[in-house]
Amino acid sequence: MKEPERIETCDVAVIGGGPAGLAAALGARRAGAGEVLLIEREKALGGILNQCIHDGFGLFLYKETISGPEYAERLIEDVAREPIKVETGAMVLDLSPDRLLRVNSRGGYRLIRAGAVILAMGCRERTRDMIEIPGTRPAGVFTAGSAQNLVNLQNLRIGHSAVILGSGDIGLIMARRLVFEGVAVKGVFEILPWASGLERNVRQCLMDFAIPLELRSTVVEIRGRDRVESVITAQVDDSLAPVAGTERVVPCDTLLLSVGLIPENELSKRAGVELSPLTGGAVVDESLMTSVAGVFSCGNVLHIHDVADWASFEGFAAGERAARYAAGERAAGRTVRVAAGPAVRYALPQLVTAGREGVEWSFRVTRPLRNVQIVVRGTATGQVFARKKFTRLLPSELQKIAVRTAIEEDIEVGCHE
Amino acid sequence: MGGMPGSIYDVAVIGGGVVGCAVLRELARYDLKLLLLEKEADLAEGISKGNSGVIHAGFNVPARSLKARTNVAGLGLIYPLASTLGVPHRKTGKLVVALADEDRPRLEELKAQGDKSGVPGLEIVDAAAIRRLEPLARGRWALYSPHSGIISPYELTIALAECAWQNGAEVLLEAPVEAVGTDDGMFLLTTPKGTFTARRVVNCAGLFSDEVARLAGIDDYRIFPYRGEYLISDKDCGLRLGMPVYPVPTKDDPGLGIHATPTLEGHIILGPSAEPVADKRDQASTREVAARLKAEAGRLMPELAGLSFIHSYTGIRPKLVDPAGRDRFADFVVEESRTRPGWISLVGIESPGLTAAPALAEMVVAMIGTDMGLTMKAEFRPDLPVRRRFAAADDDDRRARVAGDADWGEMVCRCEHVTRAEVVSALRNPFGARTLDAVKRRTRCGMGRCQGGFCTPRIVEILQDEGVPVDRITKRGGGSRLFYGRLKD
Repeated sequence: MKEPERIETCDVAVIGGGPAGLAAALGARRAGAGEVLLIEREKALGGILNQCIHDGFGLFLYKETISGPEYAERLIEDVAREPIKVETGAMVLDLSPDRLLRVNSRGGYRLIRAGAVILAMGCRERTRDMIEIPGTRPAGVFTAGSAQNLVNLQNLRIGHSAVILGSGDIGLIMARRLVFEGVAVKGVFEILPWASGLERNVRQCLMDFAIPLELRSTVVEIRGRDRVESVITAQVDDSLAPVAGTERVVPCDTLLLSVGLIPENELSKRAGVELSPLTGGAVVDESLMTSVAGVFSCGNVLHIHDVADWASFEGFAAGERAARYAAGERAAGRTVRVAAGPAVRYALPQLVTAGREGVEWSFRVTRPLRNVQIVVRGTATGQVFARKKFTRLLPSELQKIAVRTAIEEDIEVGCHE
Repeated sequence: MGGMPGSIYDVAVIGGGVVGCAVLRELARYDLKLLLLEKEADLAEGISKGNSGVIHAGFNVPARSLKARTNVAGLGLIYPLASTLGVPHRKTGKLVVALADEDRPRLEELKAQGDKSGVPGLEIVDAAAIRRLEPLARGRWALYSPHSGIISPYELTIALAECAWQNGAEVLLEAPVEAVGTDDGMFLLTTPKGTFTARRVVNCAGLFSDEVARLAGIDDYRIFPYRGEYLISDKDCGLRLGMPVYPVPTKDDPGLGIHATPTLEGHIILGPSAEPVADKRDQASTREVAARLKAEAGRLMPELAGLSFIHSYTGIRPKLVDPAGRDRFADFVVEESRTRPGWISLVGIESPGLTAAPALAEMVVAMIGTDMGLTMKAEFRPDLPVRRRFAAADDDDRRARVAGDADWGEMVCRCEHVTRAEVVSALRNPFGARTLDAVKRRTRCGMGRCQGGFCTPRIVEILQDEGVPVDRITKRGGGSRLFYGRLKD
């Protein structure tokens, strides 16, 4: 006999228990959501924070600098004080547009219908093949985040001498971490003319340890049959193509890749959520709601953040809005579109409800800039809604700009001299 | 596992690729003591993992050749075999596309060649039919082969070996044959795991079949390695290719041309190139070829031009064709040595070797049967226990599995939705293959878009739970270790 399908329910389901998801569960609860379910696929809450044993977390949320696990711990303690139902070791395998979740855990395989869903699955790392590094396929090539897990959480020695390709924050942090563990770090190679990671990480993780950062250069070949034996590096030209004659053999047994993060939107796609090619995350409105009604997004699954605090702030906001949605509140009215203007890679949210006041945008620039103004203005009328001066802007930094007044037309967030 | 140095085997098969494993399973129907020796840490580590995974119909090879005969016979055998063993496969059909009118005569030639070999159902179709058969393909004319298909070549290889093992055959990994002696008409095969005595030897050593034959004093063959590079797209590339699409092969191409092939999971494979290399183990991929693969694919199917890829791999063809010579074709060699009776060599088993494997296996059994009395086993079991992936199971099935064993509730691989139960089962395979690649081939862990970024640390934990010490965790055996001990005790 086939037993009848049992479907459980909750008001707000949060998928992912990292810095964004923890905050989202708290935000939902504090905004009055009844049953909040926080689903985390790892055995413990905290997400990637658990393997980030360095400090630098909490500057904005807690006004002090603490380590990743400590930052997670504070949020986890707050969650524990609320009647939030936490499920760890549970992975959401499917999400339908009508918010039916298929969840698998050692405790059972279940179907859950949620009044609102918050996507907080974080991101994954770009791999060797996505950047197409030619050569052999030996052991010893790790993405920086995987290496961080193996070193920090599993206490494993991943090599004796390493080259790091890409200057993302995890790569920079891992360069220093490997030096602490007695690994010879031969250098960090970055294809762009500037570092992808935060300036403070370049300073504290590379310069303080005399690890060379070679800009405008990349790894053009991996050598070694069983284990990495060396990599060939080369300088690149303005079109990022390797320059013949600049090749150099760098002996090493390990190659770490820190070549970019990608919002992990597999579930979002299953639910039919519209994604932005600029962020790799969902297209959202000012309430962080995606194109699928009742499905919200925050943290690195929405767009890649530079610091965890901002992911958490986004989580609090998404939680609050999701709680209101689950309670029946609906935004009314037409939406206006938000475009990225000159030298701005993206501005988020990409949609705003017409007439809404006090909207704040996150944005990133395409290249390092000095003494510029970021201007929010109407694409049709040219009306300036906000203008903010920056002495310096870096692509590695997520920046903010707010508009106090109501917006009634399509706008553009752009950079002007 | 297996391999008793003291005992005498009726037949030893050297090489755990698709051909060796097919031979082993075919022999396992009979009352024979069998041993397969594989040099690598898992089966299917050579040619059998580095190919397009296409079931060929048999029109690409000259009629009456052994290639044609075993291909056409294999076409009739491989679909029922794959179904019996539960190996993922699909009869998709295949198109060889002529972009210009002047290429049509080549299609006619291929069709005539195939018709002569008895390839079923070949037809020349026009542009409209091409679009109907495969919306991504375009061209003026195409040869349509309705019985071609796709199969997972390494899963077939492993399933063949498991079936043979289930019927009493022994399989020994990391056992390269390093010396061959003779004693009283029997062969003594020396490996790092001991010396094994066998009445008959079937040399299915693929790329190394010439070298293995030479160990037995048979200096009749020379393998020329030809490298073929491939790219694999993301499953979510937005394009669904229904069947393999090939260009019209040029006469001097050592391969079948750079083609696009769907996988059973929905990826698109581009490749392979065909380039003679000096070293049989030279599996490096190159920037130049990657660019060429993309350009060729875009020429064949414009929609493929902007495809993004998650993985690349390389296969080496074991050709008997000297790149410096004038001949462009060499047939499969399947023969018993005149100087070393009882030693059978299968040499130059390149494309269409995957499709031909079941037919080659029958051929080998017939050869052995003519001078050795073969008695059918009463209890031969041709199939394998059904193993359905968790990802492919429906809600009720999933619920029941997790309720029965909590390991089905622990997700290890995010991209391919693989559970701990499946990883543990893969690690407990009968051959003792416990590398990361062995897990990958059996479960798909690491084949998704994160390419192992998330699941590798998890599998490393499970490997330790299963008793593999940290320093013995490798990507594919040998020196491909991942770790150098622990950081702190």
